[in-house]
Amino acid sequence: MDNKRINPPLSEEEVTALRAGDKVLISGVVYTARDAAHQRLVHLLEQGQKLPIELSGQIIYYVGPAPAKPGQIIGSAGPTTSSRMDPFTPQLLKAGLKGMIGKGLRSAEVRQAIKDYKAVYMAALGGAAALMAKCITKVEVVAYQDLGTEAIHRLEVVNLPVIVVNDCLGNDLYEQGFLKYRLTPLH
Amino acid sequence: MKLITYQTIVAEVKKLCIEANYFLGDDVKTALKTAWHNEISPLGKEILSALYRNSLIASEEQVPICQDTGTAVVFLEIGQDVRIEGGYIYDAVNEGVRQGYTEGYLRKSMVNHPLCRRNTGDNTPAIIHAEIVPGNQLAITVAPKGGGSENMSALAMLTPSAGWTGVKQFVIETVRKAGANPCPPLIVGVGIGGNFEKAALLAKKSLLREVGSPNRDAELAELEKELIKEINNLGIGPQGFGGSVTALAVHIELYPCHIASLPVAVNLNCHVARHKSVIL
Repeated sequence: MDNKRINPPLSEEEVTALRAGDKVLISGVVYTARDAAHQRLVHLLEQGQKLPIELSGQIIYYVGPAPAKPGQIIGSAGPTTSSRMDPFTPQLLKAGLKGMIGKGLRSAEVRQAIKDYKAVYMAALGGAAALMAKCITKVEVVAYQDLGTEAIHRLEVVNLPVIVVNDCLGNDLYEQGFLKYRLTPLH
Repeated sequence: MKLITYQTIVAEVKKLCIEANYFLGDDVKTALKTAWHNEISPLGKEILSALYRNSLIASEEQVPICQDTGTAVVFLEIGQDVRIEGGYIYDAVNEGVRQGYTEGYLRKSMVNHPLCRRNTGDNTPAIIHAEIVPGNQLAITVAPKGGGSENMSALAMLTPSAGWTGVKQFVIETVRKAGANPCPPLIVGVGIGGNFEKAALLAKKSLLREVGSPNRDAELAELEKELIKEINNLGIGPQGFGGSVTALAVHIELYPCHIASLPVAVNLNCHVARHKSVIL
């Protein structure tokens, strides 16, 4: 299967063309944010205040990179477990976020919000952090420096490989894969 | 009586923290190759080879295999005829962790308080398990453990009548519920017996065994085989995208227990089963 290519910020056409199981290469800007940053972003939204980054059409990568060694742009940078971000995700999607990169299952609420707001959830390879760091060409902290590895970073990426898990039609790659390869009967 | 200095322990722990995070064990690499042969899903195969490639990049460039360089779990086996000079052994371990995580450019993931959550900045404190053993040697094992797989671990206090069937159901259910979250293919550590805390420690210690090495007890080795077969039948597959390899190995450890109890702990490890040891 050929790779699809996307370049954030994403247009509605780009997002709605993606399907669960698609292999995608991302080039352009993605933002990092983990638990603590999500909490702050949602707090600002609830207060009706401006966010430190423009979310519209953007992709958030759930990652807390390892520190860069001298001569490196960024340390190893694989995905963290997405479900921890579930309580905050619907509000961010409502605010314009179009894509998320992480690993693992999303809640029913998040899957519904992905459909409602026409967004996409993609998985990067958990544990393949040295490989993924090679796709990152530039990094700068844009907000919440005090959070250290959990700060919001602006990453420039070239051909970052991900796989679509949840598309805007409600398909779920984890569910499809599990049903296809399961050998024991479902109870 | 053997004398081991505080500074020696600091230096060894520092080295082990760095090496464990940069260099994936040969046992895991071999297990990934075997898994690649056994995997029937084309996407699963692709992922297994990406994980293998990732480990080669990490060791060649001396960078962490995974960005989550973990909680520093340190096992000490202290010979009863060993004397530590120059300071407290736990301080030496923490100093080694501090230096290893800072100088090795490893991610610092420890927060000072589970609720207030301020990063300690140097990945201390380590989680230290010390045991007094016969002899005059000190064995140190550093086993960095990431949060993703640790979060999916579970413990159950079963009733004795649940027996092997109950244990098996609990282990399989824990893996099924974890799904893609702990980054399969997994190494599944199972501790059966002891009590509440002993079972958890047995499960964790079982992860230190060479990946896929059967339990020395033939009966337990059979149970391990039974479990891995059923876990792989779940269809979760590499990274949860579906496939025939959900776990690389199941390791069971067992201990006697109370007449009223049947504790079972399942400690999940992603494919990055990191641990390095030294004997002083």
